[in-house]
Amino acid sequence: MAATKKKRTRKTKPTVMVTGAAGALARQVIRQLRDQVNIVAVDFRRRVRIDSNTPSYQGDPTRREFEDVFRQHDIAGVIHLGRMESDELTPERRYNANVLGTQRLFRLCSEYEVKQIVVMSTFYVYGASPYNPALLAEDAPLKASGLTMDLIDSVELENLAAVALWKHPELHLTVLRPCHIAGPRVRNTMSRLLDRPLAPALVGFSPMMQFIHIDDMARAIVAAFVQNHPGIYNVAPAQWMAYTDVLRESGCAVYPVPSIPPAVPTLITRMLRGQPFPRYLINYLKYPVLIDGSHFNETFDFHCKRDLDDILSHYRRRKSAPA
Amino acid sequence: MNPLERLQKTLLSDETQAMIERLPPATGEFERDPWGFDKNKTRYLFGFLKRLYDDYFRVHTMGLDNVPAEGRVLLIGNHSGQLPMDGVLIGMALATRAEHPRAARAMIERFFPTVPFIGNMLNHMGAVVGDPHNCTRMLENEEAIVVFPEGIRGSGKPYRERYTLKRFGNGFMHLAMNHNTPIVPIGVVGCEETMPSLTNIKPLARALGLPYFPLAFPLPLPARVILNFGEPMHFDNDVHDEAAVTERTEQVKARITELLEQGLAARTSVF
Repeated sequence: MAATKKKRTRKTKPTVMVTGAAGALARQVIRQLRDQVNIVAVDFRRRVRIDSNTPSYQGDPTRREFEDVFRQHDIAGVIHLGRMESDELTPERRYNANVLGTQRLFRLCSEYEVKQIVVMSTFYVYGASPYNPALLAEDAPLKASGLTMDLIDSVELENLAAVALWKHPELHLTVLRPCHIAGPRVRNTMSRLLDRPLAPALVGFSPMMQFIHIDDMARAIVAAFVQNHPGIYNVAPAQWMAYTDVLRESGCAVYPVPSIPPAVPTLITRMLRGQPFPRYLINYLKYPVLIDGSHFNETFDFHCKRDLDDILSHYRRRKSAPA
Repeated sequence: MNPLERLQKTLLSDETQAMIERLPPATGEFERDPWGFDKNKTRYLFGFLKRLYDDYFRVHTMGLDNVPAEGRVLLIGNHSGQLPMDGVLIGMALATRAEHPRAARAMIERFFPTVPFIGNMLNHMGAVVGDPHNCTRMLENEEAIVVFPEGIRGSGKPYRERYTLKRFGNGFMHLAMNHNTPIVPIGVVGCEETMPSLTNIKPLARALGLPYFPLAFPLPLPARVILNFGEPMHFDNDVHDEAAVTERTEQVKARITELLEQGLAARTSVF
């Protein structure tokens, strides 16, 4: 591990570690927070250059040397955005990074008396089931691990967070479960899919979906950190649209993927090695997983500023822009 | 006018267009609520069902004005006919009502969302998976909800058991009491004859992942349908054990049996 900066002792502002700092969302969060706090940027993949005053590390929380960041900085809060997506690397490496890494991060936070943690989870943990009611609240069961092996690490991360919530109340843990995050520079699975001129849809299915603009999601994370009301929250606007309409509004031409028998789309994703969509996403393209974000909105007095048209027009514009 | 335009004109008459326009909009943005109701996406389907309602099943309604003009209400009926035609026809009866038309929301079996096209189509029509959370949210939205408490026990029964009501679940009664919602009982006569089934081919049903597979003519027969709506029933939220809830459920069931008998007596011919 290579630190770009030594420990700083500025007393006026607390120091906050942001993991997953190479991602577009983390960069926005850092931009919005850095006037209020001293940022320590950490990323699993590479050392990120933020600016000359921001210490930055490449670090894996499962490695012993990761503790050096806590030794060198008086970390007051952690914003843990460094969750590996469900189509990245192998299941074992995802499990190590998302579950064991988060477990170690919580332990370090407890040992070094960190006062606040915000953890980024995902709405995927609810699982895409045909039996889902609309607008799932935070207390709905997390079915994802029972429906696909690829999301076990996401649900396990939530379990760890839930245990930490009651076992370490002094950590003031906030877990956010956002819907699909989309917009400029977002490179998650769904955003990459909307960016394509041709996107797949399962024949006979078009579930309702929710999207939050990356700018709004960054604001939501900052609000959760600044206001500090520990708990588990869905983050989603009260807007929804059917998947095939989303594709049309994003300027994507639809290519149909056979949906029955159920083994067929699975076989196709396997043959195509998860491109353009991974196996775990199949059910999310069949059944709706709409979440109710009202608890977050009320608790943090939060309202999205960017609507669905803002989000989807970004993808439309990218397709119509001259090469 | 080419054949396609002629078909469109036939399905979507001016009267049907006007009917769709008069229906209340969906509760969400983009003219769709979170369950997928989208009256504009199903205009032609509405047109087709209107023709079925008027000309094929020649539906006759009794007591339709018992359904309140607005506000939350549970429409509780007997279930029959293998396909969910009874729910569709109740929905059409309310949508085509001259005064105060309403978009009724039917609670459907949990396997429908797994069927390509059908699940989406039912959602566009306003139907949703029969889940208490869905029902609660819709009642809070002051919607009219169609529930068949017999579930597949009623719809999948063979013809020899026609017009005998199966066990009613208590879920609708809890919803009615907890959310201060009137119940309008409905006796559905005629749907039993639309698809008379000799038996349920269980191995085939299991193989296809369906709740039942009837040994029956594969298309609905043109039986006349009578929908007999009873007066609203009100139940206060003042019981403290399940036996008392079951007793109230049985009161609704008994009332539906009376409505069925009235409907059968009023029927002049099956087809």
